[in-house]
Amino acid sequence: MRVIGLDIGSRTVKRVTLEGGEMIEHQVVPGSHDPLAVCDDLLSGQPADRVVATGYGRHLFAEHRKAETLTEIRAVALGARHVRPAARTLLDIGGQDTKVVVLDASGAVTKFEMNDRCAAGTGRFLEVMATALSYPMAEFVQASRSANGARSINAMCTVFAESEVISATARGVDRAELARGLHEAVVRRAVALLRRVPIEDEIVFCGGGALNACLRDLIINTLDREVHLPPEPQIVAALGAALSVSAQLRPKTRKGDTK
Amino acid sequence: MSNETDYRPMWAELGLDLEKHDALLGVLGQAYGDLFLSQGNRPDGMGYFDFVMSEVHGLRIKELVDARTAGKIVVGTFCVFVPEELVLAANGVCVGLCAGADFGTEQAERFLPRNTCALIKSFFGFTLEKVCPYIAACDLVVGENTCDGKKKAYETFGDLVPNDFMVLDMPNTRSDEGRAVLKQAYLDFAARLERLSGATITAESLKAGIETANAKRRAMQRLARLRQADPAPISGLDALLANQVFFYDDPERFTSSVNTLCDELEQRIEQQKGVAPKGAPRIVISGCPMAVPNWKLPSIIESTGAVIVGEESCIGERGTQNLVADMGDTVEALIDRLVDRYLTIDCAVFTPNPTRPEHALQIAKDARADGVIHYCLQFCSPYQLEAPRLEREVEAGGVPVLRIDTDYSQEDVEQLRTRVEAFVEQIRG
Repeated sequence: MRVIGLDIGSRTVKRVTLEGGEMIEHQVVPGSHDPLAVCDDLLSGQPADRVVATGYGRHLFAEHRKAETLTEIRAVALGARHVRPAARTLLDIGGQDTKVVVLDASGAVTKFEMNDRCAAGTGRFLEVMATALSYPMAEFVQASRSANGARSINAMCTVFAESEVISATARGVDRAELARGLHEAVVRRAVALLRRVPIEDEIVFCGGGALNACLRDLIINTLDREVHLPPEPQIVAALGAALSVSAQLRPKTRKGDTK
Repeated sequence: MSNETDYRPMWAELGLDLEKHDALLGVLGQAYGDLFLSQGNRPDGMGYFDFVMSEVHGLRIKELVDARTAGKIVVGTFCVFVPEELVLAANGVCVGLCAGADFGTEQAERFLPRNTCALIKSFFGFTLEKVCPYIAACDLVVGENTCDGKKKAYETFGDLVPNDFMVLDMPNTRSDEGRAVLKQAYLDFAARLERLSGATITAESLKAGIETANAKRRAMQRLARLRQADPAPISGLDALLANQVFFYDDPERFTSSVNTLCDELEQRIEQQKGVAPKGAPRIVISGCPMAVPNWKLPSIIESTGAVIVGEESCIGERGTQNLVADMGDTVEALIDRLVDRYLTIDCAVFTPNPTRPEHALQIAKDARADGVIHYCLQFCSPYQLEAPRLEREVEAGGVPVLRIDTDYSQEDVEQLRTRVEAFVEQIRG
């Protein structure tokens, strides 16, 4: 059976194709104002027995096309467990949200925390800041990694942080140090979210943010624990969406049944 | 909302802005149709509440206006700590004032900082835009020094209501001193009611008020128990509506309608007839009250296929649990009984407040809930500050908790939907 998982995010849309439960190909494309068109493009010439959608565009897609849906929380749990069977604590830094998902020993979700109301601490924050500092994204990350120090930004809000960064550069503050400070700000927020839950090994870092080598280094240093990175961190949720078709539901006993 | 009677002259006489009021009614009617009337398999008994909602600014207001003409006073309240019993004893009609929707926010923000809870901004907005016939029809509006937000907002609000305004002082603790504060507040309230109404509150009239209020609460307790069945015989949205109408309908008629509804639910339970399949995920909501027409979160929850089977909320079991013991032969003794009962309401304005998490867990266990969703208005300090402890205690009791912070706007609906869907996926297993 061929199953396609779609993770319809705001910045990017991801497609993963499973054949007989194994990933045979995947693709990441930029999102647009018209998610349906982007998805149609992604799916054209890609036959499948089932399509499963996750991400913020999942309901829009399912209303207009034939697809099942599940939330990105469940999707990232299924995807991460597939890649790291002992995964227990997931950190997903995406384009417009950051989430922490806690799994029990059997891989079931027991808790999750999200920041999806505010761009600060997400991929969007770093993109805005890279532009404010006149860096292409790859250079922004590289500069941040090799900076001699960090100049911290005080603003909690992306919009105000952007102003603060522009004023700082106008005063001659070193761009690389600002870049580093901005990455540290994102990591602080991510770690604060993580600390709201009981953190258990293995910790897995996924989402587009895990492609950022500076974020990776800072997170590992800050947590001072082993953090695992899937080889393709950005497609973990799309993978999980496709896997959900065959995911076995745990037999559920209702609480109090033994009363 | 369509009805045959033209209430516009009545609304004009109450000083309402007719154009804005029409807009409000239009939105309300649309929302009601979309959320309530579209539900499947509703108990017939909900027909009464559909009717009440269709006449929410019509027939009920006319009843209040007629009551005033007949010499009664109409008293508006915002909080379950204000005893309806005393209002009834003074030949009055007690109505809860809504504050469940954004309206007139720009006007409200002339007086209130932006980071004020939505409930407070709502009653300011409704009053300033002149779209609330309840406030307009009140002889007396009563505030209470519960949370900081309300306490300070009332300092301004008193100047904005058309008629009389009074604030009841509330204790922060359930100590002897706290008890004395509440008793004095109730004595002051009783005196004010007598002055306004010209009636004298006697032991007999107060006992009668206590019995009316107790009967209303008993009916709601019965409804709460019936929701423990699986499959759930009534939706959370419908039960919430009954809890909301509790505050402003005629008490005897309301009590009778709820009991009739409960009779029908008992039959449904025997026939194993539910609004969701047996085994559908069951959720209890705990937290800030959802005043009418705040239906946002419950409709999101129930759109996932889950059913809400209880509320640890003032508009819910926190407000209706416990009756007043009508033992005593003097007004003062009966007021002591009121204080006994009202001090058991475990609202977050009290410190310490250990029974609230226990109650939330108990409600969840009795209703065999699969999860608790803690609902908190943004900027509501008391409930925000209690949330972490409640979450810990309820989860320690074996029930997963999801915390939601939100306001009345529609802007975060998709984010809430994702969280709620993920929680339902989690508790389904």
